[in-house]
Amino acid sequence: MEYQAKQLFARHGVPVTVGTVVTRAEDAAAAAEEQGGRVVVKAQVQAGGRGKAGGVKLAETPQDAVARAGDILGMDIKGLTVHRVLVAPAADIKDEYYFSFLVDRANRGYLCIASVEGGVEIEVVAHEKPEALAKVSIDPQTGVDDAKAAEIVAATGFPAEVADEAAEVIKKLWTVFIEEDATLVEVNPLALLGDGHLEALDGKMTLDGNAGFRHPDHAEFEDKASADPLEAKAKAKGLNYVKLDGAVGIIGNGAGLVMSTLDVVAYAGQRYGGVAPANFLDIGGGASAQVMADGLDVILNDTQVKSVFVNVFGGITACDAVANGIVQALQMLGDEANKPLVVRLDGNNVEEGRRILDEASHPLVTLVDTMDGAADRAAELASK
Amino acid sequence: MSIFLNESSKVIVQGMTGSEGQKHTRRMIASGTDVVGGVNPKKAGQSIDFDGTSVPVFGSVKEAMDATGADVSVVFVPPAGTKGAVVEAVDAAMPLVVVITEGVPVHDTADFFSYAQARGTTRIIGPNCPGLISPGKSNAGIIPADITKAGRVGLVSKSGTLTYQMMYELRDFGFSSAVGIGGDPIVGTTHIDCLQAFQDDPDTDAIVMIGEIGGDAEERAAAYVKEHVTKPVVGYVAGFTAPEGKTMGHAGAIVSGSSGTAQAKKEALEAVGVRVGKTPSETAQLMRDVLEDR
Repeated sequence: MEYQAKQLFARHGVPVTVGTVVTRAEDAAAAAEEQGGRVVVKAQVQAGGRGKAGGVKLAETPQDAVARAGDILGMDIKGLTVHRVLVAPAADIKDEYYFSFLVDRANRGYLCIASVEGGVEIEVVAHEKPEALAKVSIDPQTGVDDAKAAEIVAATGFPAEVADEAAEVIKKLWTVFIEEDATLVEVNPLALLGDGHLEALDGKMTLDGNAGFRHPDHAEFEDKASADPLEAKAKAKGLNYVKLDGAVGIIGNGAGLVMSTLDVVAYAGQRYGGVAPANFLDIGGGASAQVMADGLDVILNDTQVKSVFVNVFGGITACDAVANGIVQALQMLGDEANKPLVVRLDGNNVEEGRRILDEASHPLVTLVDTMDGAADRAAELASK
Repeated sequence: MSIFLNESSKVIVQGMTGSEGQKHTRRMIASGTDVVGGVNPKKAGQSIDFDGTSVPVFGSVKEAMDATGADVSVVFVPPAGTKGAVVEAVDAAMPLVVVITEGVPVHDTADFFSYAQARGTTRIIGPNCPGLISPGKSNAGIIPADITKAGRVGLVSKSGTLTYQMMYELRDFGFSSAVGIGGDPIVGTTHIDCLQAFQDDPDTDAIVMIGEIGGDAEERAAAYVKEHVTKPVVGYVAGFTAPEGKTMGHAGAIVSGSSGTAQAKKEALEAVGVRVGKTPSETAQLMRDVLEDR
């Protein structure tokens, strides 16, 4: 969220005024006093386009700030509920620029994208005025030194009077990008204020979850309040789960296979009035009975789910282990397991896996030989 | 022939003494891979027995290469140590480094990849990948060796289990090599690198390319196919029904705005004559048609 990005900017010396975060409208008055009276009240959610959605308002007085905060708190922006607003001083803006560092997949390094046409959605600039966007590749071996910062300033076309300060800000943002293990650092606008100095008036960062082991402080940035409760529950159990909107619960092993399973179920669902997948859930390579039980537990608690498709290709984990996992998971869940399960097993030790499920002959479990056939069966069951 | 890995490959394992490293070293050896050593400075001089095959542990990659002539390293070192392990292998000029480790920070990958590029003596595959197999010859990583046999189809995929699924679907034809390049935003070897190698490999007749949502690697691969690949290519892209803004398991698998969608990738591939299946089974059928027409 913006205020968190600004906190990280401040940590590395980027010129920024964080402002005050409030969660209750009545607290906005004191916050506005603190920030100089005339303030901007900004919704804090992990989504872009907040201004367009009505989540950013100017308030002339502290009383006004309370009213605006009241309007914004509780709003829904792109499916996220606004639980907090940032009260920040209304700035005297002379000019607005756009600046970002990001991971460059194509060149397998980093990229800086910058423009003197800031303050508007950068996608719009990219579309309407692509020549106004400077793109500068950065070699991870050398990073952003004085020469690279000067190159970026020149390529962007920052006005001469702010060129030196821009180079300094760029080097500090680079420190933020590298030291915080970000995959994106975006400042829009990077504003030229009435006093002639630059300031990051808004900020967005994407942090690399894989780097969490060296940033224990990043855990606090997770947006737990806005998260879907089932996603939060799955996360607490270490499951890789994404809630979707359909009626067929999906469990599989391996991200690619699970994505593929969602597609196959959606295609099959077209034959049954548009039945769709209810979630993404990758239980990974080592699917123990406990992981299977945790996964089933999350999915069966999704009230939208009417059937479950377990799609496993036995690679490292053999199918017999997966079959035992399913049988034990159903025992562990007992009466909680109350929706039909369609299981498709292939690969390593598949005969033994199928035999185990046949022998258990659990009334809820149907074994189907192929991925396509199983998807069809699961979609059909969900349509009833 | 095959790509990147063949019957004369000599493999060492960095992280062989850890639990994952031991488990998969055992499997690699069982499938006929010539595993000549492991690396762990704390256990240098010891040997580890894998069902009758004794594998020596060396103190460094350089020592292991000098003693054994190893030309492939498979890395199981946990994320916090992965970058150090890869840099060590690059410094020793190891020709091929296969990074299996999942959860490597993307800055670390950017760093060790650009480091290797600057030196120009090491190819990196991965991270977060299942490795590669040339069936019947050698297996560097965690791809199950018993799914299928040696054959004349080449396979490149971002996803591990979809690699297995496709090998299984086409098990009666077999594969020259199957390469899992990994699903991270930055990977050492791309679809394009593999397409180029398969095009140049006299023992590969046709290529299956498996992609997924996120980034534009498939679009760039399509442009490469148009210019440089004359062998038949069949494609599959996972994630047609993935919603925008949600990461689907792999760190790189996310649709943002209109970019990275499966549909855009499919269209880019079809525009250059790559037949793209809607499901793994349909994709396998397209490849069967290609092979049976020959």
